[in-house]
Amino acid sequence: MTLVKEAPVRPAKKRPAAPVAGRRGRLRENLAGYLFMSPWIAGFLLLTAGPMIASLYYAFTSYNLFTPPKWVGLDNFTTMFQDPRWQKSVEVTLKYVVVATPLKLLLALGVALLLAQKRRGQALYRAAFYMPSLIGASVSVGFVWRALFSDDAVVDRAQKIFGVDVGGWIGNPDYVLYALVALSVWQFGAPMVIFLAGLKQVPQELYEAAEMDGAGPLRRFWNITLPMISPVLFFNVLLESIHAFQVFGSAYVVSDTRCGPADATLVYTCYLYQKGFKEAQMGFASAMAWTLVVAVALVTAVLFWSQKKWVHYEEAAK
Amino acid sequence: MSTATTRVARSANERRRTGSLAWHVGALLVLAVVLYPVVWVVGASFKPSKDIIASLDLLPAKPVWANFSGLADGISGISVASFFTNSLMYAVLAVAGVVLSSSLTAYAFAKIRFAGRNLLFTLMIGTLLLPYHVLLIPQYVLFRNLGYIDTLVPLVVGKFLATEAFFVFLMVQFMRGLPRELDEAAKLDGCGHLRTYWSIVLPLSRPAIITSAIFAFINAWNDFMGPLIYLNTPSKYTVSLGLMMFRDQEGISDYGSMIAMSLVALVPVIAFFMAFQRHLIDGMATSGLKG
Repeated sequence: MTLVKEAPVRPAKKRPAAPVAGRRGRLRENLAGYLFMSPWIAGFLLLTAGPMIASLYYAFTSYNLFTPPKWVGLDNFTTMFQDPRWQKSVEVTLKYVVVATPLKLLLALGVALLLAQKRRGQALYRAAFYMPSLIGASVSVGFVWRALFSDDAVVDRAQKIFGVDVGGWIGNPDYVLYALVALSVWQFGAPMVIFLAGLKQVPQELYEAAEMDGAGPLRRFWNITLPMISPVLFFNVLLESIHAFQVFGSAYVVSDTRCGPADATLVYTCYLYQKGFKEAQMGFASAMAWTLVVAVALVTAVLFWSQKKWVHYEEAAK
Repeated sequence: MSTATTRVARSANERRRTGSLAWHVGALLVLAVVLYPVVWVVGASFKPSKDIIASLDLLPAKPVWANFSGLADGISGISVASFFTNSLMYAVLAVAGVVLSSSLTAYAFAKIRFAGRNLLFTLMIGTLLLPYHVLLIPQYVLFRNLGYIDTLVPLVVGKFLATEAFFVFLMVQFMRGLPRELDEAAKLDGCGHLRTYWSIVLPLSRPAIITSAIFAFINAWNDFMGPLIYLNTPSKYTVSLGLMMFRDQEGISDYGSMIAMSLVALVPVIAFFMAFQRHLIDGMATSGLKG
């Protein structure tokens, strides 16, 4: 069980002498390799590396698509940091990441633990729990969410039973972000499946031995399950938080196309979209995009750094 | 577990049965909450517009067809079928592009030993973590300069160039698991890489190919940001954008046809999912793990 970071190309095992050995053979292998992956190389240069360089350049320019970019140095960044709407978008995004990611992973782990027990119909349950992950990104579900969380709809009425009346989450700036959180948490299927795969790899002997020693279920979970699945936990935390930083569609569809009443769901990418594609401030939007890249890189770096303290790989456990 | 049952067969059996019952009750409860929105949309699509928000019933008191028949009129002179045709075209091209380009690239990573392979593989994995938004603006400028705005080209060209690392990674993981003896035997028999790829590795990789194809289809079908940015003539809109038109032009009052179209738009995804769920879920699990 290895994670993305540690999935190196398999080290060369001893293999029978290759039919075409020597310099020419190697040259031919190199050529074949590059030919086969030429689509990816072209895509990487044209659609990834090239655009990255271009957007780095745009970030230091004033560019409205119609006149050539004009170099402005750090102006975009200084304007951005002082822009109250930008600050608001950072606040909204951080709130979303910090609330949605742990809730989603908690639910994913909980259901995975439930499904890890061998029961009848297990595959059927697993499939049903996974379904929201596939449809959740669609505009259709965005509309369903709008309907469920609007004034006097299902969620609102359920709350009224407990004497709470907020007039629907969608129109209420204090609540609308949590409707998006709920939509994200609802799509817990992908991390759940990865947790399940991890749980299957935990050796049963460990549990049997712990049970003999008189360890209760909580203790077994804490001392065996959690350390053994820490690599998949790490993988899920990494991917889910990075995805959460980039949320866009649900904010645009569920709240409304301006991203919420009083900017309540103005997630980072929604502001980026408004700046770039509504106001044609491509330079400013590029500066925003690079700031996002730096933020995501920082989070990734911190997570990788922290994994030494809490992620146990099999090699270390042996 | 087998020793436990023989030792204290009766009480263990009993305990297991009540445990199993509790398990199913628990699982079904969670499932009911999770699937509620899906069932709700089915029921709501048969309710009269005014009841959709107001009525708490999951199923309509008296089912009506008006929401669906209303769809036939289309919106702003554009038929609903046109949105579906556009989405279908996008999805089919996306599937063809992803399967072709990702399998070729994956074959190179998994089966050919060439210089710089590790470095390129790391770069490819790195793109998995890169926020897509940093590419959005320069790509838009690029396609605009090339004159491809309002066409499907910007949406699908990346699929033919293996830019989605998830699919390449999925296939690499799978191809590495294929017995090495097979392609070595092919080589001894004088097969070149193209032949080995086409007649041996590709057919054996069917599970990974099917998984990628389904995911590519569903991703394209659900895609919202891409069409939002690149398409601007309503007759070229995909289902996602068509849905937004319904909402923006009919106003909140006509929930009925909006919900009906939402349901219709979900049908292909749910159908694919039902048919291939095992593949999808296993593919999802193996792409995250496995060394």
